[in-house]
Amino acid sequence: MSAILPGAAPPVSARRMIAVLGIVAFVAGVLVVTAYEFSLPQIEANRRIALTQAVNAIYPTARTRRTYVLAAEGLAASSETLPAGQVAYAVFDENSNFLGIAAEAAARGYQDIIRVLYAYSPGCQCITALHVLRNNDTPGIGNKISKDREFRENFRALDVRLTPDGSALAHPIVTVKHGTKTEAWQIDAISGATITSKAVGRALNESAQTLVPRVTADLKRVSQAGVAP
Amino acid sequence: MTPAEKSPPLDFDTFLSGVWRENPVLVMLLGMCPTLAVTNSAINAFAMGAATTFVLVGSGALVSLLRRLVPGTVRIATYIVIIASFVTVVDYLIQAVSLALYAALGAFIQLIVVNCIILGRAEAYASKRPLGHAIVNAAGVGTGFTLGLLLLGSVREILGAGTLFGLPLFGEQFQPWVVMLLPPGGFFVLGMWLLVFSWLRERRGRPHAEARHIHGH
Repeated sequence: MSAILPGAAPPVSARRMIAVLGIVAFVAGVLVVTAYEFSLPQIEANRRIALTQAVNAIYPTARTRRTYVLAAEGLAASSETLPAGQVAYAVFDENSNFLGIAAEAAARGYQDIIRVLYAYSPGCQCITALHVLRNNDTPGIGNKISKDREFRENFRALDVRLTPDGSALAHPIVTVKHGTKTEAWQIDAISGATITSKAVGRALNESAQTLVPRVTADLKRVSQAGVAP
Repeated sequence: MTPAEKSPPLDFDTFLSGVWRENPVLVMLLGMCPTLAVTNSAINAFAMGAATTFVLVGSGALVSLLRRLVPGTVRIATYIVIIASFVTVVDYLIQAVSLALYAALGAFIQLIVVNCIILGRAEAYASKRPLGHAIVNAAGVGTGFTLGLLLLGSVREILGAGTLFGLPLFGEQFQPWVVMLLPPGGFFVLGMWLLVFSWLRERRGRPHAEARHIHGH
């Protein structure tokens, strides 16, 4: 090296370089693992709090909830707060009365994945509330889905009735151009934020197509399990 | 390659040079990626600045401690491992402090690894100076970076959302200037601040120049 580059550093033995890199990697490993172990309980607590706040945003009287994972054979109860897979929460008020289901839905928006939590009420077979969990779309345009009053009206009673055999939604949820909503299963898009509005429609449709049939099939069990973890 | 260990005494200027004379945002124009991307609100700007300062001080201290041990041939690999570790630590810490903040800063926390301010400080300063100097200088540069980001973040939040640190400043009738929150707003405000600071520097420099001119005659 020094022969090629005059004035370069004197040659260093390979053993020394490996030893130094090994020491540095070891120190780095200890540092990262310590930080991970130290912060994990707090991160999990933050996630639980965020979930509780989101559930309370769509069910203001919610007190307890029970977590289910949508498995191939139906709904499986889970003791974890945030298990992997598609999750549904059965929500109960302080008298352990069943309020409905809260479930997450996601789809690609204009800039990034949009994640929402929605309330499904088996009583009316409709979606009764929507809370935006994550949305990085354009400020002032795409982020209107969280606050636009007209848009939020869509989710007062969005029809998600099932077909007679109970295997899928009778009418898929679709987002229509602003001002052209005629049916209860349509979402009236925000003018100027069509891509974001459509993403919400796609997310809800995809999630409800699998969630609603399974919840309906298991409704008795889910709505009676009033003891939450 | 081995630098002289003779360094100027540790004084307030070691700290202050990073804040003013060598400000990373306003003078050196380094780390422009987070500067433009996360300064759409004052709190995001502050959090990004604090996270970067933490990584700067941590990696600066470790690089300075290991400076006699690390051979020149593997120094960049060593610095990057050290910097990446501190970035991972700060990534966990921000999640522990606030998930909303973590979501707002997004990928830019992880991207601190490739922030040239940090590798630049490790290579040009910390690897040649004793521990005290490295820490104080890194803290100064971090403070300068945070101040630079805050200048951008505050103006963009005030104009683009009518708030500062989330607190509303104007009445209901305020029409937000949304472009300020979008990427072009970052360029506009950065350009404006650069103009202000070059004007300030020029004004401070002028009396000296005039004095020299008179002496010359």
